[in-house]
Amino acid sequence: MVDPVTGDDGGAQPDAPGSLAIILLVSVLVVATCGLIYELLAGTLASYLLGDSVTQFSTVIGSYLFAMGIGSYLSRHVRHNEIGVFVRVEILIAALGGWSGAGLFLLFPIVEDFRVALYALVLAIGILVGLEIPLLIRILRHRFAFRDLVSNVLTYDYIGALIASLLFPLVLVPWLGMIRTGFVFGLANVGVAVASLIALRARQSIGRDLVAALIVLASLVAGLFAADHIQRWSEVAFYGEPVIYARSTPYQRIAITRRGEDLRLYLNGNLQFSTRDEYRYHEALVWPVLGRVAHPRQVLILGGGDGLAAREVLRDPRVSKVTLVDLDPEMTHLFRDVPQLAQLNRHSLSSPKMQVINGDAFRWVRKAAGPYDAILIDFPDPTEFSLGKLYTESFYREVARLLAPAGVLTVQSTSPLVAPRSYWTVASTLEAAGLSARGYHAYVPSFGEWGFTMAAHSRPGDAVALPAGLRFLTQASERAMFDFPPDMARRPTPVNRLDNQALVRSFAEEWGHYDG
Amino acid sequence: MADATRRDVLRAGAAGAGALSLGSCATPPMAGTLDGSDWRRGHLVRDGKFPPANGAEQQAAILIAGGGVAGLSAAWRLKAAGFDDFVLLELEDKVGGNARSGRNPVSAYPLGAHYLPVPNQEAVALRRMLKEFGMIVGEEGGAPLYDPYQLCADLEERLLWRGSWQEGLYPSSGLTREDAAQRDRFAQEMAQLRNAVGTDGRPAFAIPRAYSSVDPAYTGLDRLSFAQWLDQRGYSSPVLRAYLRYCCRDDYGTEPEEVSAWAGVHYFAARRGWAAGNDGDRELTWPEGNGRLVSLLRDGVSDHVRAAHSVCAIAQHGDHAVVDAFDHNAGSTTRWNAACAIVAMPHFVAARVAPGHASEGRFRYAPWVVANVTVNRHPKGRGVSLAWDNVSTGSDSLGYVVATHQSASGGNGPTVLTWYLPLSRTAPSEARKLMMTRTLQAWQRLIADDLLTMNPDLMGAIDRIDVWRWGHAMISPTPGFLSDPARRAAIDAKPPVLFAHSDLSGLSLFEEAHYRGVVAAEAALAHLAHPFESLA
Repeated sequence: MVDPVTGDDGGAQPDAPGSLAIILLVSVLVVATCGLIYELLAGTLASYLLGDSVTQFSTVIGSYLFAMGIGSYLSRHVRHNEIGVFVRVEILIAALGGWSGAGLFLLFPIVEDFRVALYALVLAIGILVGLEIPLLIRILRHRFAFRDLVSNVLTYDYIGALIASLLFPLVLVPWLGMIRTGFVFGLANVGVAVASLIALRARQSIGRDLVAALIVLASLVAGLFAADHIQRWSEVAFYGEPVIYARSTPYQRIAITRRGEDLRLYLNGNLQFSTRDEYRYHEALVWPVLGRVAHPRQVLILGGGDGLAAREVLRDPRVSKVTLVDLDPEMTHLFRDVPQLAQLNRHSLSSPKMQVINGDAFRWVRKAAGPYDAILIDFPDPTEFSLGKLYTESFYREVARLLAPAGVLTVQSTSPLVAPRSYWTVASTLEAAGLSARGYHAYVPSFGEWGFTMAAHSRPGDAVALPAGLRFLTQASERAMFDFPPDMARRPTPVNRLDNQALVRSFAEEWGHYDG
Repeated sequence: MADATRRDVLRAGAAGAGALSLGSCATPPMAGTLDGSDWRRGHLVRDGKFPPANGAEQQAAILIAGGGVAGLSAAWRLKAAGFDDFVLLELEDKVGGNARSGRNPVSAYPLGAHYLPVPNQEAVALRRMLKEFGMIVGEEGGAPLYDPYQLCADLEERLLWRGSWQEGLYPSSGLTREDAAQRDRFAQEMAQLRNAVGTDGRPAFAIPRAYSSVDPAYTGLDRLSFAQWLDQRGYSSPVLRAYLRYCCRDDYGTEPEEVSAWAGVHYFAARRGWAAGNDGDRELTWPEGNGRLVSLLRDGVSDHVRAAHSVCAIAQHGDHAVVDAFDHNAGSTTRWNAACAIVAMPHFVAARVAPGHASEGRFRYAPWVVANVTVNRHPKGRGVSLAWDNVSTGSDSLGYVVATHQSASGGNGPTVLTWYLPLSRTAPSEARKLMMTRTLQAWQRLIADDLLTMNPDLMGAIDRIDVWRWGHAMISPTPGFLSDPARRAAIDAKPPVLFAHSDLSGLSLFEEAHYRGVVAAEAALAHLAHPFESLA
């Protein structure tokens, strides 16, 4: 490459393109590519986060092009030092465009109106990008014949557009992801600024601009390396659906997402239900038990703070009282007091028959007095040792003490297909606690093949009385749930005890999360 | 590695203190307290500044001086024998010694000792107590069955090693062939010694220690340090040595260079826990640690306990013991006359208040700092999830124990972490001076730094740090301790002045304190001709 200092120094050949000119011409290609990438990024993000991609792309592209027009118009107010202004514009684009992907992801769950943030960013970047080409043409006007200049600039501009539009869907989104893509092209913009500054350094003082450029450069590099963390912080990117509510309680991270009619609850990133198919899960949890108890008056629910199991229980007119023990007051508050959520459980948590106790079930069962005619145990999966305690022989002994002589209980017990050893460990453990256990399973699309374990003081029978109006269970489908094909069939397992936590270990192994 | 880390910790502490003294007040002070065994009262005993006894002389058949585990166990033994004519005097406002505990809205937590391993078959008296307290709930195949809720729940231990938490306390990855070979050889040798029997037919190493063989083949190990013994046996693997150092500091608060080989081996070769099922190698633990045992012991004898009484002099008058005690609440000294006195105080105190009966000998003590750190969420980390005991290979602290491990399930809620640091690198007197002078803020900073190095995920989660300083936390079983005549004399003392403390075993263990208390109580009962069936 031509020496940047000597190549453009002096005025021996005023009309020959110097190194600065060449840098600037190349930069047309770069800035054109970057400009289109930011536009595509904003459009893709908007349709990803807000849905309705035709509308999102049209409005984002439209406002972006319009903003470029504003930038072009404003370029007339730049009266001197075009090159200096150009460098600063590049630095600003690098910062805004480079962070646009990460910023929009991070902003989405926290801003009141995401569209305001989105279009503000699109307009800002568009205006800055609109300044680039007019400024470049003016800077280069003495170095090329006007005919060549317009031809060169526009040729590179359109080539850049082609590069961007091919790279974005084929390489960038699949390989880099949206957050990294932003940072990479921000680096390209700041690269143009730095290269121009270096070429300029003999002619004017560049100190301050160089410092600004380096700061932006450093932030983009840092962002690039932290992209995975940003992805994790950004729940939107994690869940893949718009988050309508997110909050950290002392016990867990609660996030509720919604896309169209589908509302989902996540606890610590684990899906708890999707409104599309939760009826399958909750009918399978509740009715095989209530349908086997002659007089289910007192019902105990352990876990289940979303009130959905309680909703099923309260459909049964024989039930006179439901006691629900859930650790997290925020959960029961949300599902009792937020109308949109209380609607899902048909206000079960505010029913006069309902008693909600916010406490640790592990401690509560040791102090509680029964008897309960039906007990529904709906805890999170045993992903940690502390949760594993809620699946132990000691715990089930206390539960068995609370169960009426003719009572029946059930335990949500993970997937018998993915984790058959873990699944059958629950049955072995209930049996070790002196109960008689029977497994059954249901297909819940959001979860896959899901397992439950029913237990009672004597073997629960086949006869079940189901109410009318269920969407999933019929006599035939209920009976079919007790049939296990060979890939899920019962196998010998250890008993899960407080001092061996066999379940947490096999669960981690079978679900492949254990990296100890 | 460990050296550098420890220096860093100390330097960080010093820097912290410096920054604070320069008036840096950028961050508001963290909530917490700086507390410890009552040195003011302790030093009153040391300096002998008490008014002379006045008023009527008090009478008790047996007087127990000291309300730590040994004194409480002596009282428990007297009560179990149906003997009621005794009084227990305690210097502090609360009994329990270094098994005391604290409590805040989040959880109860230990201030010192925090667990009791399932006892060996020879610990008859201790097992009787555990049965009485509902910790042994039955029998299975002749062996005692322990309450699963009180046995430490899985996961018991995890170790931060090379950036990731792994199960257990011995590194399992990145070992050289030599490291692995020495680890296995050491484990094998300890397994042999665990089953070894001396020429006198007793186990080579036992708990209580008094049941150990006196075969010189084993007691000879008392003459050299554990480090020397390891060198002689060719145990040079740095991973093994770092692990053994951790063990010495954990049980004795002392470096392997200063612990006798007998004590070092005892740690590994004395435990043969006897329990139904596979529970023999487990521990009993509670949120408040051994505070649970202390409160159960106290509840049985609370009418006999006089707290805030400094015993300042014990002497023999005729066939009676005469005990002067200063009542801190009344501000006066009372003289007690007893047929028998059981001196259940740390030996260095006993030697001061009963100079005619005990001498200082070679008793050395390790100072400790224990901090209870209240956090608003559970610690996490790469690798296996939170355990009861969480130790880092990169820290000079012994890590932290989770107070709610036994009591709670699920969730990521607030808890209390009990953090332990034996000040074993400096001379004990120097370390005590440091403990006295370092400010709460400096300790908090040092402790927070150490915890955050282990668990960066706790950034912003620490609500308060309460620091407890133990000037004389543990007896150090130094080489030659077994043959110290001062120890022998205290063990062999005859009524009316008897001694009872785990110091006499040279092992700061609940089992030893309990045994010494029981044995002294039985000797006193025999002296008074009160009928009883021996548990010793």
